[in-house]
Amino acid sequence: MSRGSGRGPRPARLSPADLVRTGASGLRARPLRVVLSALGIAIGVAAMVAVVGISASSRADLDARLASLGTNLVTAAPGESLLGEAATLPKGAEDRVRRLPGVRGVAQVGQVEGASVYRSDRIPEEASGGITVYGASLDLPETLRAHVRTGEWLNRATSGYPAVVLGATAAERLGIARIGPGTRVLIGEEYFSVVGILDPVALAPEMDSAALVGRDAAAGRLGADGHPTRVYVRAAPERVAEVREVLARAADPEEPFGVEVSRPSDALEAKEAADRAFSGLLLGLGGVALLVGGVGVANTMVISVLERRGEIGLRRALGATRRQIRGQFLVEAMALSALGGVAGAVLGALVTAGYAVTRGWMVAIPVWAPTAGVLATLGIGAVAGLLPAVRAARTAPTEALGSG
Amino acid sequence: MTRTNTAGADDDGAPAAELFDVERHYPGGVRALDGVSFRIGRGELVGIVGPSGSGKSTLLNLLGMLDTPTGGSVRITGFDTAGLDDDGASALRARSVGFVFQQFHLAHNVAALDNVADGLLYTGAPLRRRRARARGALERVGLGDRLHHRPHELSGGQRQRVAIARAVVGDPGLVLADEPTGALDTASGTAVMELLQELNAAGATVVVITHDRELAGGLPRRIRVRDGQVESDERAGGDGGGHVQG
Repeated sequence: MSRGSGRGPRPARLSPADLVRTGASGLRARPLRVVLSALGIAIGVAAMVAVVGISASSRADLDARLASLGTNLVTAAPGESLLGEAATLPKGAEDRVRRLPGVRGVAQVGQVEGASVYRSDRIPEEASGGITVYGASLDLPETLRAHVRTGEWLNRATSGYPAVVLGATAAERLGIARIGPGTRVLIGEEYFSVVGILDPVALAPEMDSAALVGRDAAAGRLGADGHPTRVYVRAAPERVAEVREVLARAADPEEPFGVEVSRPSDALEAKEAADRAFSGLLLGLGGVALLVGGVGVANTMVISVLERRGEIGLRRALGATRRQIRGQFLVEAMALSALGGVAGAVLGALVTAGYAVTRGWMVAIPVWAPTAGVLATLGIGAVAGLLPAVRAARTAPTEALGSG
Repeated sequence: MTRTNTAGADDDGAPAAELFDVERHYPGGVRALDGVSFRIGRGELVGIVGPSGSGKSTLLNLLGMLDTPTGGSVRITGFDTAGLDDDGASALRARSVGFVFQQFHLAHNVAALDNVADGLLYTGAPLRRRRARARGALERVGLGDRLHHRPHELSGGQRQRVAIARAVVGDPGLVLADEPTGALDTASGTAVMELLQELNAAGATVVVITHDRELAGGLPRRIRVRDGQVESDERAGGDGGGHVQG
């Protein structure tokens, strides 16, 4: 190999276009085999792009929801006192919290113990439907950013009357979809007019199965003790941490350890994190599919080199160097693999779009995912094609042409 | 003496091929060629004739630089092949040698024009020029109206003409035809031989390797090979001319 190098004619270089053309010529000749052997790669890339895309779309949806709901809602609820007994929040909690710096809005609810809600007095007592009755302050919807789907929220006048606003689930359980002048439910001993129904409240799901009456009505008609069971605080976004810090003491200065402070948007974030762990698993499966696809490409190329000895011999006779033969088969393997990669990226994007649309999310596929997928398949093709390409280059032209 | 001239080897007077005392022995004691010497000048039309196993295929491989001798020297268009590495031999093949095979060796799904253009692929010529010259070569072999036909749309004789066009598209110093009529019927075979003679008359050096004595009989020079040695080297009618006159 080394003798005489530097003397005599030197081979011409193939232009990149010619290199790609020769690499593609082998694929064009066997389209069915190309489809079958690129399939594994395509499935792997599709799985990975779909996992990343679905997770990103879900994240984008959550971000959008959080942006509209706000991550600045903080709640205070009674926990356990130092002695391990159930604590209660003192009556003045709402007013004290309202005076904290950085607090923009406060509302409270107080659960009415032992009160059940029925459609009428004919319903057996035990079929209470799991609806909780609360006495609620008037600025509750504003603080929670809850939306009244139909009817209206309580006002100063109706707050003391037997009037009730139902949570979305509660209304459904009671079989009330629309409200008219005569729509009423039985709470305790008394009929309450249904004046409004709420949409589901994302940051306070406990409101969905609630029947909300005015605080005066709760105290006067249902015998509530007036203690809040939950205080909702809307803080200035940049002061959430600060408000969180002092909320317990403000809610109950005498027993701050008995106050449980939480931020409802954290729960949504935590759910998202759990989903991410699951997508990690799917991503791993996509990687395995990709690996198997790579083995498929290598296998196809080995067979292809064996079948095309005649072509290799001809190209050598036409003046191809070993390096050019190697390059041709390497490019062919990479093209085969990348073809699968591109198909997979498209498929993955379609799956993501389909899934996102059924979930009502917007479609968010990070550009890096399909890009990385296709680049990875180029790498896989190069690795898978290396051995077959070297074997092709080593084929002696005399043997390949079937003479000798 | 190895010439360092790389570009103009075909243009000067160096013989197309010179073999001196060439040996090709295989491991195990097989002597495919044993002391073969001859010289093929520019513009000659030569038949290398011999039965199977005579060593003529080995001779073809050595003339085409697909194989190297174990002894003696082979010069192709002036270059000593012993001085060439694999890259050098490949480059010289790309530029100076055209092959015609018994089984044509055309790419199935590729139009005649591009099959012929591939004859220039490894010379580094750009695609546009390769196609332009391929068109010219196909017109020379009488297939100017079949440029875009694929091999399966052509007759055997036409396919071999495409292969011949591919061999001569780069105006090589040496055209090697290995049993060019072996896969053809008599009429097509005759036409192919006439084409090779025409190309020779136009200046190409053509070497036809065949076992067919009758076919070789029509050629102006015949080198008979047997048992790895040259048995006879004779010229028709003693005129030694570049081509046959009927």
